[in-house]
Amino acid sequence: MTTTINPTRRATVPPADDRELKKRKARFYDKPGWLTYGLLGAFFLGSVFPLWWSFVMGSRQASDINLVPPAVIPGPNFLTNLVKVFETVDFAKALLNSVIISGAITVSVVFFSTLAGYAFAKLTFKGRNPLMIAVIATMAIPTQLGIIPLFMMVSELKLTNTLGAVIIPGLVSAFGVFFMRQYLVDTIPDELIEAARMDGASMWGTFWHVALPSARPAMAVLALFIFMGTWTDFLWPLLVLGPRNPSVQTALAALSASGGHTPDHSMVLAGAIISIIPLLILFLIAGKQLIAGIMSGAVKG
Amino acid sequence: MSTLQAGRSAPQLTFRQKLSNFDYKASPYFYISPFFIMFAVLGLFPIIYTVNVSLYDWHLLKGQGDFVGLKNFELTLNDPMFWNAFFNTFSIFLLSAVPQLIMATIIAAVLDQAIRASTFWRMTVLLPYIAAPVAVAVIFTQIFNQHGGPIAGALEALDLPEIRWGFDPFPSHLAIATMVNWRWTGYNALILLAAMQAIPRDVYESAALDGAGRVRRFRSITIPMIRPTMIFVVITSTIGGLQIFTEPTLFDPASYGGANRQFQTIVLYLYEMAFPRRDFGRAAATAWILFLIVILVGLVNYALSRMIATQDIKNVRPPKASSHRAIGGSK
Repeated sequence: MTTTINPTRRATVPPADDRELKKRKARFYDKPGWLTYGLLGAFFLGSVFPLWWSFVMGSRQASDINLVPPAVIPGPNFLTNLVKVFETVDFAKALLNSVIISGAITVSVVFFSTLAGYAFAKLTFKGRNPLMIAVIATMAIPTQLGIIPLFMMVSELKLTNTLGAVIIPGLVSAFGVFFMRQYLVDTIPDELIEAARMDGASMWGTFWHVALPSARPAMAVLALFIFMGTWTDFLWPLLVLGPRNPSVQTALAALSASGGHTPDHSMVLAGAIISIIPLLILFLIAGKQLIAGIMSGAVKG
Repeated sequence: MSTLQAGRSAPQLTFRQKLSNFDYKASPYFYISPFFIMFAVLGLFPIIYTVNVSLYDWHLLKGQGDFVGLKNFELTLNDPMFWNAFFNTFSIFLLSAVPQLIMATIIAAVLDQAIRASTFWRMTVLLPYIAAPVAVAVIFTQIFNQHGGPIAGALEALDLPEIRWGFDPFPSHLAIATMVNWRWTGYNALILLAAMQAIPRDVYESAALDGAGRVRRFRSITIPMIRPTMIFVVITSTIGGLQIFTEPTLFDPASYGGANRQFQTIVLYLYEMAFPRRDFGRAAATAWILFLIVILVGLVNYALSRMIATQDIKNVRPPKASSHRAIGGSK
């Protein structure tokens, strides 16, 4: 980043001879300098510090929170703290529950979204546009606002404290339908679908053999988003899952509340780190796809 | 003539052709119906039924009581606790949305250059997003720990007065907003970055040749061209921000948003009404009021975006118009 101040700051375009133009062009193509990397570095530290500090604290004893300056080197107690975490809350069960909940919802949402998204993108039928507008409109509705009746439905069906209570309300997603439609509109050429029909394929056969293979990249990105969104959800699991059948998030919340006003800092932070690790692994495997998904105009689910 | 017309009757279709026709006509509806049926049952019905619940005395355990009309709304709107929650929600929302948008724009602009290892930097920017709000709240509650967290230590080392993050309204709002900002800034920066990358480079180059400096190019080219995306980010942040629950809940797990409810938000107020107090009627009325607030703020955003969109550069197609137009309404 060059910091030369342009001497000709006038409203009109300053007259420029060839040498001046060359200079400006060269300046424009300058490589980003120390300021760029300084900003990125600062942002990097800001992003990483809380996570790193939690890990450090989670591997030391609780009283180390008082150290000035804060500790930045891990201690030897991570496993000890971990054992405490598993003694305080049923974290093993929580992990298993969260995997089941997030997995089931992801499979369901991705399948139904692809099906509906394909219909909206590539098939013609009466009422297609108004129905698509309806889908988009529902995206703006915070479904959380129906939690009171939803809670009553779950109680009525005797589902309280079961994983079904968390899975069922998440089975479909308006965002998912919209996301798949946006992708499939440009990805599958109409000729391909017509050709399949000419060859005598049924509608379902066309979907299965033509649409599904081309939809795969978007399905993977959507799966990633839905899985993360479900994994990190808190309010609804908090309402319908009791302490005996926790999700990772409700278990972690119970852990942080376990000490009243004098929590065991190290234990709580070790728990926080453990709760992040599954998504961290997913992020390291599929971070590029996640970034591509966000940059394709994905929205908060 | 007549013989010709007689021969023009519809050809007899075989059973297979009829089946194929039916397949062609009915399949689309069959494909979209799972979504619509399930959404009607699990999404729409509960929201509409909330109206019904809000018109009754409704107890968590005893169930439906007497019909009370709009009394639940009246009680809520006359409750100082509700207005406290309302104020806190907007305070936290503003403290998180405004700095977040500015930061995200700066980071996006930095990432929009020809930097080395761009994938690596994008990954680090997104790193906080993978931490669940619960984990973020737990971690930051410890960071803001007044009795010896890193921030308290830093203040002490600099000889600055102690800040009571967990007790005083403004510091607590700042701490909660920090949690939101930490998690979402990078995410929104990537969305804005996508919009910036859609701007043709030669526009910048010709501006540079005309003598426009870096700042001027950013102000006169980048900002106007990413405006639709910015509106989109603002709207999604608003819908999410007004429903903030996890962070204030866990900032002091022993209470409902602080000892004096100094950081109780609207959803947290709703939660307190529904569960510890078991008053579903009041909770449903609150949900409905929140719904109207979200819609209202959304409409204000929409109107603003329409206004701004008409001032926008007419002959420039906004990046990713298709996906943002749907929500941002910049048609």
